[in-house]
Amino acid sequence: NNNSFWLQIHFVLLISRQGKVRLTKWYSPYSQKERSKVIRELSGVIISRAPKLCNFVEWRGFKVVYKRYASLYFCICNDQEDNELETLAIIHHYVETLDRYFGSVCELDLIFNFHKAYFILDEILLAGAMQETSKRTTLRLIGAQEDLVEAAKEEASSLSNIIAQATK
Amino acid sequence: MGSQGQSKEFLDLIKSIGEARSKAEEDRIVLREIETLKRRINDADIPKRKMKEYIIRLLYVEMLGHDASFGYIHAVKMTHHDALLLKRTGYDNHDLIILIVNTIQKDLASDNYLVVCAALNAVCRLINEETIPAVLPRVVELLSHAKDAVRKKAVMALHRFYQKSPSSVSHLLSNFRKRLSDNDPGVMGASLCPLFDLVSDDADSYKDLVVSFVSILKQVAERRLPKTYDYHQMPAPFIQIKLLKILALLGSGDKQASGHMYTVLGDIIKRGDSVSNIGNAVLYECICCVASIFPNPKLLEAAADVIAKFLKSDSHNLKYMGIDALGRLIKLSPHIAEQHQLAVIDCLEDPDDSLKRKTFELLYKMTKSSNVEVIVDRMIDYMISISDDHYKTYIASRCVELAEQFAPSNHWFIQTMNKVFEHAGDLVNVKVAHNLTRLIAEGFGEDDDAADTQLRSSAVESYLQIIGEPKLPSVFLQVICWVLGEYGTADGKYSASYISGKLCDIAEAYSNDENVKAYAISALMKIYAFEVVARRKVDILPECQYLIEELLASHSTDLQQRAYELQVLIGLDAQAVETIMPRDASCEDIEVDKNLSFLNGYVQQSLEKGAQPYIPEDVRTGMGNMNNFRSQDHQESLQHGLRFEAYEIPKPPMQPKVTPDSFASSAVINPVPEASSSREIHHISSVGSTSELKLQLDGVQKKWGNSTYSSAASSAPALNFSSQKPKNGTTAVNSKVRDSYDSRKTPVEISPEKQKLAASLFGGSTKPEKRSSTSHKVPKSNASAATNAPDIMTFYAETTASGGNSIPVSGNNVNLLSELSNAAVKANSGNTTVTPLPQSSKGSNAKDSLQKDALVRQMGVNPSSQNPNLFRDLLG
Repeated sequence: NNNSFWLQIHFVLLISRQGKVRLTKWYSPYSQKERSKVIRELSGVIISRAPKLCNFVEWRGFKVVYKRYASLYFCICNDQEDNELETLAIIHHYVETLDRYFGSVCELDLIFNFHKAYFILDEILLAGAMQETSKRTTLRLIGAQEDLVEAAKEEASSLSNIIAQATK
Repeated sequence: MGSQGQSKEFLDLIKSIGEARSKAEEDRIVLREIETLKRRINDADIPKRKMKEYIIRLLYVEMLGHDASFGYIHAVKMTHHDALLLKRTGYDNHDLIILIVNTIQKDLASDNYLVVCAALNAVCRLINEETIPAVLPRVVELLSHAKDAVRKKAVMALHRFYQKSPSSVSHLLSNFRKRLSDNDPGVMGASLCPLFDLVSDDADSYKDLVVSFVSILKQVAERRLPKTYDYHQMPAPFIQIKLLKILALLGSGDKQASGHMYTVLGDIIKRGDSVSNIGNAVLYECICCVASIFPNPKLLEAAADVIAKFLKSDSHNLKYMGIDALGRLIKLSPHIAEQHQLAVIDCLEDPDDSLKRKTFELLYKMTKSSNVEVIVDRMIDYMISISDDHYKTYIASRCVELAEQFAPSNHWFIQTMNKVFEHAGDLVNVKVAHNLTRLIAEGFGEDDDAADTQLRSSAVESYLQIIGEPKLPSVFLQVICWVLGEYGTADGKYSASYISGKLCDIAEAYSNDENVKAYAISALMKIYAFEVVARRKVDILPECQYLIEELLASHSTDLQQRAYELQVLIGLDAQAVETIMPRDASCEDIEVDKNLSFLNGYVQQSLEKGAQPYIPEDVRTGMGNMNNFRSQDHQESLQHGLRFEAYEIPKPPMQPKVTPDSFASSAVINPVPEASSSREIHHISSVGSTSELKLQLDGVQKKWGNSTYSSAASSAPALNFSSQKPKNGTTAVNSKVRDSYDSRKTPVEISPEKQKLAASLFGGSTKPEKRSSTSHKVPKSNASAATNAPDIMTFYAETTASGGNSIPVSGNNVNLLSELSNAAVKANSGNTTVTPLPQSSKGSNAKDSLQKDALVRQMGVNPSSQNPNLFRDLLG
């Protein structure tokens, strides 16, 4: 009885209105070939849907919940039996977190800092399930990570300075 | 924001991909990038920063769907670096897990909790069954780490292990219970995910937690969690939903456990916020829970009210959820669909496919023999109109199922099946076709020969009409041929030459489909055999003669065989033919003497006359496959499986350079005994799974590409297909309810077709519903429910008291309660402002916007006609 697993998110997909991929995250195993097929098929289905229709698409026995923010479609695929409104809220929660991190986020932020978008997603969803529901906690962790990186960078540069000085 | 540290080169890449006008152009750019990266990444002494960028670029390339596997090894190297960001970048690739187990182990023991977090993230993503034992002890220790973030991730990691291999963590399951009373709500929330899985596997072992779950849910709903867990003014809705899901499992069919939940469920529904999306998500989850636990009339009414709100909403999302919820509740209170019949029909006719499909799902659940015709006809119409093969298959099988279950008449059944096959024949499972033939052959089960004969006649009749249609699916044609052969002349209405002419037409029209031709020729054989048996003169039509001659010379040995058999059969006398091809005997069992013992005498005779003794096939080699004629003999064909033992070493006289292919096809057809080959497979697989941590170097080569997980992947998407909704056979209409309901309605203009449809779907004559007044008129009982709220409370109190259990407010959860409320107080004193959506912050962020603009100008990306919204904020 495998499909009783808790909110098993199969993948998260961000595509632009032109069908370009901005971010993908796969929680269930898909081969590279299947991935491109999924992206091709789904973007076709989702982008062509008229506004005001519901945000859910049944697709190959799975449920894809999507929401459009400006020019970007955020899609999450999970099992049929899941609560679609909750999935929709997860998408919104992610977008709000991104928004708070970047400060009025726009597509360009995600294009140029897609690794940051990944990090934030990793703090919200882990192994296909929602792990943290507090925006502040998420952002605090991301912040701490960045501080650490900054500290490491400074250390590295000061070291190299010292070395440079010494070898002059 | 913008770029930080990425080189101009990378930004250029992103830019050029952004401006690519076609997928092909994008592919070209990416391929070029891959080449560059391949060349560069292999240089010695790349500075760390550069390396990080390369890995990110690889990640980008892979995200766009290209193969970046050559870089995985560099990603692995990357994980050995100390700087955290570099580590995270490195971990983001998978495969080669075996090479980084050591690094992960080291990181899990790190003093820096962020490093531990990154490692746990990687554990969740990458660890497979074989490597679980390597990290398990560390992960268990981390369950009591001082940092909540680490504890939370450790819980998730353990959960992941449980999903991958339940046995590996079976002795650790009590840890999840412990984490339920963790001080940090985040950890508690995370522990609900594994608990859900555990409860759904074995609810009985967790009944003792019902009181705790209810108590936590109550506290959450009463806003005792820190404000940071609020989401759009809802207290920790994601945690509420998780708890409701678990309660639904625990209360299913358990009156006592359900008794504990009624109060809190009633409270949450009553307090429910039906304006925000998340509020409705919680309400929907409440309905699911109410529908799953032991039924409580008041809660069912409250749930029905919520459904009514959903269905009356303008939002498609809510309508969709309403239809879904209706499907869940309809088992318990069949009458509630009646209230919403027009809403349901509106959804059915909505242009939104998702909504339509959900509504079909609901109709499927409420099908009974009185409305099956309307519902299945609707489904078929929809099936014809769509092009999505997956759903077409699905809905076709639904139609077949309903038709088989509720068919009001044989005639209707045959007509329906015809339509399904005509339009989705290539998609439905072959079994459905076999079922149909069996059903026509065996009848509907009742011992009513007249009805069976009539069924067959009407089948023949309709098939004769249909075969003129162009391009029928192969499966359907096979059924048609079989039925025409078996029953075409049975009732004497059609002559043998008429039917055989039709069969020839089919064989001619689909001359490149060998299956159809085989069915047709076999059907011809039956027709002629019946004629011979009936002592009528068999005159073979010229086109039949032509067909037989053509098949006698066919490339397919199967067709040849059939044609020769037909030719011989026609020449035999009536008695012999009757034994070979008895009339209406398709349901008789045929005994097959597999040992061919009746030939023993003949064989003995020949041997005595000096004939060569039979050489078993495994001794003979290279004789080719002789048993391709009829596939009846499965025993034989099974023996021609793959062989698993190694090839023999080529003997000297053979040509030294025999390619494996030719070798296999010429010399090594001797079959392998089944038993030994399966043992062989078993042996191989057991080797794979027991070699837990040993490095399998021969496998590593393969691990580098993407191909390694493709086998797992191919099975994954099939997971759900087998899940079937519970059948809901009888949903009897409570006529009294309907009558009283009807009497309250006053007419409003609603199209007559809709009324008719409603009447046929929901049974009975339906006067149009006065929609505006329904909200306060129809749910008379609902209104009373609302005013009776105190009653509910006393009712609950009674049940809990009589159940002998104290009300679980302060029980074993005192700790949690105080902790949570303490936390809440702290949070309150800190920052209580509920931050609205930061749309307003746009203005104040002028500096950011300017920077972005500057960057854009530098990049030369301008909003073109193609991407006019590029700069509009996502939340705008």
